[in-house]
Amino acid sequence: MTWKQVFSTSVGNKLIMALTGIFLILFLVIHAALNACIWAMDGGEMFNKGAHFMGSNVVPRILEIGLFAGFILHIVQSYKLTIKNKKARSVGYEVDYGNRGSKWYSRSMALLGTIVLLFLVIHLTDFWYPNRSNQGFLLGEEINLYLKMQDTFSQLWVVIVYVAGCISLGYHLAHGFQSAFKTLGVHNKRYHIMLSSLGLGFSIVIAVLFALMPISFYMGWV
Amino acid sequence: MNLTLKVWRQQNTKADGKFETYQVKNISHEMSFLEMIDVLNEQLIVEGAEPVAFDHDCREGICGMCSMYIDGKPHGPWQANTTCQLHMRAFKDGDTITIEPWRANAFPVVKDLMVDRSAFDRIIQAGGYISVNTGNAVDGNSLPINKDKADAAFAAAMCIGCGACVAACKNSSAMLFLSAKVSHLALLPQGEPERKSRVMNMVAQMDKEGFGACTNTGACEATCPKEISLTNIARLNQEYLAASITSN
Ligand code: HEM
Ligand code: SF4
Ligand code: FES
Repeated sequence: MTWKQVFSTSVGNKLIMALTGIFLILFLVIHAALNACIWAMDGGEMFNKGAHFMGSNVVPRILEIGLFAGFILHIVQSYKLTIKNKKARSVGYEVDYGNRGSKWYSRSMALLGTIVLLFLVIHLTDFWYPNRSNQGFLLGEEINLYLKMQDTFSQLWVVIVYVAGCISLGYHLAHGFQSAFKTLGVHNKRYHIMLSSLGLGFSIVIAVLFALMPISFYMGWV
Repeated sequence: MNLTLKVWRQQNTKADGKFETYQVKNISHEMSFLEMIDVLNEQLIVEGAEPVAFDHDCREGICGMCSMYIDGKPHGPWQANTTCQLHMRAFKDGDTITIEPWRANAFPVVKDLMVDRSAFDRIIQAGGYISVNTGNAVDGNSLPINKDKADAAFAAAMCIGCGACVAACKNSSAMLFLSAKVSHLALLPQGEPERKSRVMNMVAQMDKEGFGACTNTGACEATCPKEISLTNIARLNQEYLAASITSN
């Protein structure tokens, strides 16, 4: 059995979703922790130091390539799976099954993921692209990201788009976090209860933390 | 009570189907759902029309043949229940009930409410068995089995292969069924020799039959007449992962 065979069955496809999903969750932890430096109340000094490290050091810049690969794999696999799953029933039901036993967000992972993807594109064009192009996509001079955030989040509609993106991410994770561990085979009741609660807590904390960033700038809290 | 029935009628697999509306009168609360359909069919026969084709056998919740998607629910509104054990007291006078066949490309409609579930048989044939040598049967007590495992294996073995899990799943995934079959044997010492090839071959067959992939929504567990737990799917995933990591 080759690795290609392992990952090309429907269970293997799900393994890719789960492994990349958990990888992206780890990224979120780092991203949220670094961005929380905006609340250091020092006019962005600590935040810019962190951002400078992430942008100027070779190690995080190499990891960044891995992050892009992880996103692409997760996204491509998710659309392939969604299409395959849709195709498994060409004649639908007259009366919809509804939500007995399943949460709406567990049935809407592709929709929530697509909103997160659109948000991601907006987010990268707001910050990542201007910064990296200023650096010549290598290790050149960075822009002041704190000021850039202040500027970007002075517009209400941008703040609303960001908050909507964070809410979608929260719901995506509310199902995704625990689902990923089920996909990896965790079936002991004890761990399952622990991971489900941890997943729910994590989703709420991540969504609220990220949403508070644009709100903090808009409200002038930082 | 008097009821209006909207029933899916389809001549054969290739034909286009459509809903037909029928009225049934004086239905007793004590009738089972299938007995109510029997009343409808007798009425159709008297009228010279073709009776509604539907699958059934034991009519006591153990064979898994009865398959009706009733008002948006496989096996109807009750939990942990098969269509044959659904009783008309679940409905009230004047209700309109919509009855559809299981919908999944892997379960083509044979006629009206009957679907072809031989895809499940082929999944079982791919690995849902244990090989035993001929000769005297060994003494059952010579094989010690942990009580927890025996109970979990028994709970998984309750699956009657009805296909309601596939019918309820938005992905038409057969993972609850497959995981019940794989778990049942993976938990017992008798299943050990073929443990790795079983899960790999059964997953491969499931994919070949055209079922969708699982996204852990939980709709299957909620509709399963035998309350097969979603835990089995996680166990199947573990079996798959372990078999693929340790294979050559
Ligand atoms: C930071 C961003 C993201 C994180 C942390 C994340 C995380 C996860 C996790 C943990 C899962 C569960 C995997 C499993 O059930 O085994 C998942 C599933 C999924 N993700 Fe994401 N995701 C992100 C972005 C996206 C994007 C941008 C898309 C789509 C364009 C997407 C589409 C999906 C879909 C469709 C599923 C369901 C697949 C399934 O359950 O089989 N995700 N995600
Ligand atoms: S798992 Fe439950 S719903 Fe699925 S085939 Fe078995 S008994 Fe039927
Ligand atoms: S007819 Fe056998 S389970 Fe319903």
